[in-house]
Amino acid sequence: MRKNISKLPFNGTKEQEAKLLAAIEANKDVRGAVMPVLQAAQDIYGYLPFEVQKIISEKLNVSMEEVYGVATFYSQFALSPKGKYHISVCLGTACYVKGSGDILNEFISKLGIESEECTADGKFSLTACRCIGACGLAPVLTVNDDVYGRLTVADVDGILAKYN
Amino acid sequence: MEKMINLKVNGIAVSVPEGSTILDAARAAGNEIPTLCYLKEINEIGACRICVVEVKGARSLVASCVYPVSEGMEVTTNSARVLDSRKHTLELILSTHNKHCLSCIRSRNCELQKLCKEYGISDENKFEGAIPPSEIDYSAAHLVRDNSKCILCRRCVGACKNQYVAVIGANNRGFDTEIGCAFNEELGSVSCVSCGQCIVACPTGALTEKDDTDAVFAALNDPSKHVVVHTAPSIRATLGECFGMEPGSLVTGKMAAALRRLGFDKVFDTDFGADLTIMEEATEFLTRVKTGGVLPMITSCSPGWVKFAEHYYPEFIPNLSTCKSPQQMQGAVIKTWYAQKNNIDPKDIVCVSVMPCTAKKFECGRDDEDAAGVPDVDYALTTREVARMIERAGIKFTSLPDEDFDPILGESTGASVIFGATGGVMEAALRTAADVLEGKSMENLVYSDVRGMEGIKEASYTLGGIDVKIAVCSGLNNVSKLLDSIKSGEATYHFIEIMCCPGGCINGGGQPIQPAEVRNTVNLKGLRASALYREDEGKALRKSHESPAIKFIYDEFFGEPNSHKAHEILHTKYVKREKF
Repeated sequence: MRKNISKLPFNGTKEQEAKLLAAIEANKDVRGAVMPVLQAAQDIYGYLPFEVQKIISEKLNVSMEEVYGVATFYSQFALSPKGKYHISVCLGTACYVKGSGDILNEFISKLGIESEECTADGKFSLTACRCIGACGLAPVLTVNDDVYGRLTVADVDGILAKYN
Repeated sequence: MEKMINLKVNGIAVSVPEGSTILDAARAAGNEIPTLCYLKEINEIGACRICVVEVKGARSLVASCVYPVSEGMEVTTNSARVLDSRKHTLELILSTHNKHCLSCIRSRNCELQKLCKEYGISDENKFEGAIPPSEIDYSAAHLVRDNSKCILCRRCVGACKNQYVAVIGANNRGFDTEIGCAFNEELGSVSCVSCGQCIVACPTGALTEKDDTDAVFAALNDPSKHVVVHTAPSIRATLGECFGMEPGSLVTGKMAAALRRLGFDKVFDTDFGADLTIMEEATEFLTRVKTGGVLPMITSCSPGWVKFAEHYYPEFIPNLSTCKSPQQMQGAVIKTWYAQKNNIDPKDIVCVSVMPCTAKKFECGRDDEDAAGVPDVDYALTTREVARMIERAGIKFTSLPDEDFDPILGESTGASVIFGATGGVMEAALRTAADVLEGKSMENLVYSDVRGMEGIKEASYTLGGIDVKIAVCSGLNNVSKLLDSIKSGEATYHFIEIMCCPGGCINGGGQPIQPAEVRNTVNLKGLRASALYREDEGKALRKSHESPAIKFIYDEFFGEPNSHKAHEILHTKYVKREKF
């Protein structure tokens, strides 16, 4: 899947940067250091914006494209931040045949963001995920740790209202 | 002695050194295996599956380009299973390939097209896949990328990484995979050095130089324009390849004849500009030594290297010679001295250069490369572009007579001819510096320490009582190693020649594209370089300062090397650029 690059301004703190630099220091002599450092960066910032990849590229002396290539290859890495409420719509086979694609599209139109994006106020982010092992509840989605099952498009407004 | 491995390829016993690949062994046994993604020492990733072979006992077909041989191995390179698999792979590649072959610049010179013919592809649409949108990237000064023709072999990625630049790579995953820059930036906005090594590595038409042939034809057909051309040192050693001649063929006379038949008003030689560069650069070097200027001084002939320094090693900008490159010096002399002499308004002169290089397209648009208030050079054509012009004009290149360049900006010495190979600028500079420092004409002309295709060469000379330690470096991976060793204090030099492309201009990104099967098996760089050394040997004059044309231009126009006028017209400046 093509990753969406966040258009939101970068709000990294000094503390986060110190943590990132420590992670780079700990890994810099490891072969293939880009991967563990990107994982650490994702834990620290929640996503991998330009500014963070730039630091990694410079400190590890690896080209920006090499860092970006790894960041866009693995689905675990995100280029867009997670919102306060992260909505994850299952597009696994069972959910998909039960209409989860339409549910995802409803969130896209209601929130005004694409999949893999975050709203400008930082409240909601949206992603499509693969099977979460709750096929009996298909179609299913999660909002942070809350699970919602046996949904229809009509349920989307109600779910959003709970968190607004 | 290295351990030898015995195996059989198509039933024929062969013995190859341990660590060889099946591809090497098959070749030793007289069997060719087709390759597509494999480019020796640049891209060895076994990704495209065209080179698959059958190995007895192995469950599936193996990629011969990366599979090491082992004792007693039995390999079949051309069984029905192997040939079917290769054909199938080609059909799958074609399913997502933009097949506008008739209008493709690489038609007849495309490695994919050649394989399709060899493997009897009868239906190029056997599998209908989603063809990636043809979003063409025109942003860079020197090249065009069309990913709808990309087969994701990653040869360009390897070439870019081999140049220590690495601004292109594979982004995303699966069907969304595409070659591009970080954060989907255009090539024109990242720290690409414009070397074009990706273009000569590309097996298809996904990467091409920005074509200026139409613009040059238009200028030639404009009666109000005085159109002059000059050809870089290395073109005479490579242009013949575009017309089926063997690598290493020297075509100086035919090249001049062809350009005259294309209709250029004057056919000059960038070698004159190269001799002029030596005069200016050797003088600059001696001045830096005498006045405690910044050392080591580093040559500035190679615009790919200059751009690399500006992006990646800006701390070395003061070390760069302020001399313009031969292309720009030649253009500057044409638009100043030549224009005045012939009473032509420089605005009415169209100066076309033929270069081994795509970075030259970037260079002629740089700031402070406009001595007469108009660009010194208007169009920098690659060897390939000029070959296309000759072909389009119906000129039968191989049957042309040998002709000379026009005086006096077409007159040159052997010193300038060898600029086209790594070490050539240094050797030419040493020939002049030795005479100047010793105060007499030295007999020695050959500085063999600086010849050859090694990436980093070093030597020390005592000239007129002064010890001079020099280095010669080509290929930006080697350049970064060399500069790092200078930065750390490990190495010290007085004078360094740096060429962006491995082996120098004879292997530039604007040179004829040879398919991987040639690049992997023929010493292309060596053959092309030896042609230049042959030309040098045959020249009556082999030192830049002995050129009557050079003496004349200083007497009549510049006064002396590094004069105020020379500085205004023949020197330039550099800027720090962002690294991305």
